[in-house]
Amino acid sequence: MHNFTIKKSLAALVVGGLASMGLVTQTLAAEPLKVGFIYVGPTGDHGWSYEHDQARQAMQKELGDKVITTYVESVPEGADAQRVITKLATSGHGLIFTTSFGYMNPTLKVAKRFKKVKFEHATGFKRSKNLSTYSARFYEGRYVIGHIAGRMTKSNVLGYIASFPIPEVIRGINATVIAARKVNPDVTVKVVWVNSWFDPGKEADAAKTLIDQGADIILQHTDSPAPMQTAEKRGVWAVGQASDMSKFGPNAQLTAIIDNWAPYYIERTKAVLDGTWKEKDTFGGFKSGMVKLAPYNKKMPKDVVDLAESVRIAIEQETVHPFQGPIKGQDGKIIVKDGEIIDMGQLLGMNFYVEGVVGSIPK
Amino acid sequence: MIRIEARPEAAANMVYAAPVIAVTLTMIAGIVLFMIMGQSPGVALYTFFVEPVSTFDGVTELLVKATPLTLIGVGLSVGFRANVWNIGAEGQLTIGALAGGAVALYFYEMEGFYILPLMVLASIAGGMAWAAIPAFLRSKFNANEILTSLMLTYVGLLVLSYLIHGPMKDPDGQGFPESRLFSDSALFPVLIEDYRLHMGWLFALAAVAAVWVLFSRHVIGFQIRVIGMAPRAAAFAGFEEKKLVWLSFMIAGAASGVAGLSEVAGPLGQIVPSISPGYGFTAIIVAFLGRLHPLGILMAALLMALSYLGGENAQISLNMPNAVTGVFQGMLLFFLLGSDVLIKYRLRFGR
Repeated sequence: MHNFTIKKSLAALVVGGLASMGLVTQTLAAEPLKVGFIYVGPTGDHGWSYEHDQARQAMQKELGDKVITTYVESVPEGADAQRVITKLATSGHGLIFTTSFGYMNPTLKVAKRFKKVKFEHATGFKRSKNLSTYSARFYEGRYVIGHIAGRMTKSNVLGYIASFPIPEVIRGINATVIAARKVNPDVTVKVVWVNSWFDPGKEADAAKTLIDQGADIILQHTDSPAPMQTAEKRGVWAVGQASDMSKFGPNAQLTAIIDNWAPYYIERTKAVLDGTWKEKDTFGGFKSGMVKLAPYNKKMPKDVVDLAESVRIAIEQETVHPFQGPIKGQDGKIIVKDGEIIDMGQLLGMNFYVEGVVGSIPK
Repeated sequence: MIRIEARPEAAANMVYAAPVIAVTLTMIAGIVLFMIMGQSPGVALYTFFVEPVSTFDGVTELLVKATPLTLIGVGLSVGFRANVWNIGAEGQLTIGALAGGAVALYFYEMEGFYILPLMVLASIAGGMAWAAIPAFLRSKFNANEILTSLMLTYVGLLVLSYLIHGPMKDPDGQGFPESRLFSDSALFPVLIEDYRLHMGWLFALAAVAAVWVLFSRHVIGFQIRVIGMAPRAAAFAGFEEKKLVWLSFMIAGAASGVAGLSEVAGPLGQIVPSISPGYGFTAIIVAFLGRLHPLGILMAALLMALSYLGGENAQISLNMPNAVTGVFQGMLLFFLLGSDVLIKYRLRFGR
């Protein structure tokens, strides 16, 4: 009898203890997770940072009062980045997205110092236990656009406004020209490097130069809508970058590559809320919805639309890979053999032009 | 009708009062701005100007941000006093950082006490070399140094771009334009464990002291002031203008070069495509806000640094846009220039 009472009270204690622990976790869960973002440009750039901010808002809307989101815009990719990321970590943010390549080493340094905070760095390659990386296969979009451009060009010259000669940008140029020459072997691509991600003045000048040199389709790997506006004024085609730019070029825009980070941000934030977040590398394309295309221009002939859609679906179903051989370099030598797919190292570190690109990569 | 006419005598005491008036007016305008934005002005001002430095971490970060501004501002003030308008500190900073950084990369993964001094010397030489071009063009051909030094800034940035996409690119960096991370022997030591505040701050303080001594104790400082205030008198007195042009550019070039190095060997720890977010230009504002006086420049650099930290804090705590930082800096400069005009001129109403 006596023994039983002890057992009973012990059980009560254990149950009570568990209950109170449960209560504690419940109150912890009720506390919203603070999620921080840092952007390299202003949220109103209508390109890269704009799309990251759209995704932040979509995530906030989806998860409601479970999260509080914060952002800091126009953070230079220099010594300032580390201070801002540290500030987010010390002000109670449990998950921090750093959305530009230049934040890689600052993010890594802060991640080492704040082990309990989860970090997500876009487009980089350094990871640690609490630092994941994510990027998008924009070249899949470029490959579709190459098909469209190859069919739509009359001058057979495509103008390409590029930011910095990094693998991501070179990959985009190559994917475009490989695709364009599949449907039109006479196509060449002229590239102008503006050495900036966001410089409307330089981007517009580059567009004008390319149009003057005979380009009748303007492609861009920079973030402002200035090239689109120039194309609209000069009556040539253009393809939008990062977001739907049709309001800047209602007649000019054939389509646009849209960065769609929302599903990823929702997934990763949920993972932190559930306690299932783990360090990983994500490289998403059409299949995961990270890359999308804006609605095609109404003036595009039906057979071009059908071609573009069939290519897009083939990539999504993984029956086609943009960098499937034969791929020739500028000198005509085979880089990827017929039927083979480029290896991951060559794809991620791409530092060569394929046949059909005019000029050389700035060194 | 309103006319602006010169005062018979500039209000001498007001020269030092002007920055205080400008800061006060900025605060008042800031309160109005915050009220329009629907924020409580008290909370907003606290968030902007007090909270960032309410922790030890915040104070050290303020000094980190103020380091390049102080160094360059003090360096430029010498020339500005002698009417030598070096607008190209940003370029001198860039070349200095590249020269010092090149030494760091040359001694990659090596250890030695001599690496850091060599880097400092290289950065001084680099900044001076870049400043020597406008100095030469001005003293030899009387070419306008505002234009030459400014345009060389863009050349300097292209040199950086070339090197970081080419010879200085990290071979293991997957093609991205960043250098290798400097080895420990090539990094500025931090002053306090676990904080980013580094040796560069000591250089900044040394520069403040050196320029203060130059102006208050040395004959060259006196000559510079005379040339700035009365060039003809200086010529009669036999002061060599060309020598002072060279001296101004060399001091500014050296200070900017070290400022560049203290970014790449300090908080960055590597060479990146954007070393400075425009410190060379912001330092011009800092120099004038500080009345071209070394201690004033130190204060102005701290204030300017605080406006950046405050802007970030306002974004994080109050969800205010980044533009608020720019508006604050713009208002500060506007009110300062306005006060300066009113020191020398006065408004007359009526005919």
